[in-house]
Amino acid sequence: MKNNKKLIRTILIEALLIFVTIIILLPLFLAVTMSLKKPSEVFVYPPTIFPNSFYIQNYVSAFNSINLGRLMLNSLIMSIVIMAGKTIFGILSGYAFSNFKFKGSSLLFAALFVTLFMPAELIMIVPLFQIMQSLHWVNTYWALTVPFLASATTTFLMRQHFMTIPKELEDAAKIDGAGPMRFLLEILIPLSKSTIGGVAVINFVYAWNLYLWPLVVTNSNEMATAQIGLKMLTNVESTSNWGVIMAGTLMVLAPTLILFFAVQKLFVRGIVTTGLKE
Amino acid sequence: MAKKIFPYLLLVPTFIIIVIFIYYPAFQTFKLSFYKISPFGNRLFFVGFQNFWSLFTSGQYIQSALTTLIFVTVTVIGGLVISLFLALLLNEKVPGIGIFRTLIFAPYAISPAVAGTLWAFLLSPVAGYVSYLFLILFKAQPQWLTTYPLALIAIMIATIWKNLGFNVIFFLAGLQSIPQSYYEAATIDGANSFDRLLRITIPLLSPITFYLIVMNVTFTAFSAFATIDVMTQGGPANTTSTLIYKLYQDGFVNFNTGFASAESVVLILIMAVFTYLYFKFGQKAVFYQ
Repeated sequence: MKNNKKLIRTILIEALLIFVTIIILLPLFLAVTMSLKKPSEVFVYPPTIFPNSFYIQNYVSAFNSINLGRLMLNSLIMSIVIMAGKTIFGILSGYAFSNFKFKGSSLLFAALFVTLFMPAELIMIVPLFQIMQSLHWVNTYWALTVPFLASATTTFLMRQHFMTIPKELEDAAKIDGAGPMRFLLEILIPLSKSTIGGVAVINFVYAWNLYLWPLVVTNSNEMATAQIGLKMLTNVESTSNWGVIMAGTLMVLAPTLILFFAVQKLFVRGIVTTGLKE
Repeated sequence: MAKKIFPYLLLVPTFIIIVIFIYYPAFQTFKLSFYKISPFGNRLFFVGFQNFWSLFTSGQYIQSALTTLIFVTVTVIGGLVISLFLALLLNEKVPGIGIFRTLIFAPYAISPAVAGTLWAFLLSPVAGYVSYLFLILFKAQPQWLTTYPLALIAIMIATIWKNLGFNVIFFLAGLQSIPQSYYEAATIDGANSFDRLLRITIPLLSPITFYLIVMNVTFTAFSAFATIDVMTQGGPANTTSTLIYKLYQDGFVNFNTGFASAESVVLILIMAVFTYLYFKFGQKAVFYQ
């Protein structure tokens, strides 16, 4: 009797899980089927779920109509540079705050802390754009990357993580004559691989998904990014050829989604420890 | 001596970036908000609080503030309730739970712009499946993206959907940190599962919930820019123009720099209050992770 009740409960939960998972992923599934429909099939009414065709041409059209290959390359360059910068500089500054006592450290720490909720590229976008103009960086990779090379978030996460590593290791390294830089490179970093990996992945996704800043700071389809490409695509395909638009959307989504599934453990770890999004 | 300057050297790259690209623009924002800029951008006129005055007497600005308030409130509350429900489901020990978790976390990787095009498609009049579903169920075919208040609701749906992954991951992490023994003790005392949810789970999740509220409010207020830009571009009749969207339009479409700077100042002040609240009440939430 009791076992039966438990079984029924398990089945109910399983059914509910299947139901909600389908609902949540349905938009992606429908985007895939739409991306394979011929233009003549797009507006068939009532809409069909499965396409009659397997029309790969939509993907080619998306690439051709807005130079998507170049835009994705730009996004890739931007994301890798930002990921590397944020992670490396975050490790360095996190290390300073976790392992050293120095004059003004709490003041500097506070100065960094208050920037946590100050996304300059959003709320101070006008003066930030003016800085780009005076540096002649508008429409260059400099503008797309340099303002994002360091952040409070990564610094804090690395600091928190380094503080969990036993002090004895540092003392032992000192006795062995290892300087502070060698200790960081040869002991701390190897011990922190999964945290660093998680943070790096999160920072990559953050950069890949940036929108407003690339929108204002680039003004050609040579320098724009993949996310901006989606807006261009919706404008170019003004007759609402959803097949092509969905093909483009899926390609812009692919890198982060694949990365997510490939390194899900690191990813979730990164999200929970940084709490960082976008 | 070298030893003394070492920690400062470690901080140099981070602080160069922070000072040039956050502190200096913040200073400039405050300064420009007291000026008017000539049409060719070459002369500044000091105008005192005039930009702020025109800001607070501008019907469009007030409307955009209200839109933001409604949009953020509904999206955050709706999103968190759904996410908590999903996290409770994903916390059950049933076969295949790992696969369900992976799949439901997946929207995390989706960008606000991608969420925008996906939902613009699903809600579109002819090809969209949601529109078709509405026709079957309610014999009505609303124009989602071009009528008020449906356009705002459409953006809320896309944003809630996009935020699910992040919220569920945090709620689940929170649920898993609650010791099983609490539930066992409560069961012995005769508490049913609803009591346990209300008396144990929800109170113990409150630090995480607080953290999620703060993060969701900021993401929803700002990152939804991309979703709005792709789906409605602020329309119809500015009814989906949030504060950040309006800032973009005033700064980069209307080139009204002084006015836009005053808008920025307001946003900076709101964020400062937020930061204060976050550190006063929410610090625990982060560092208990």
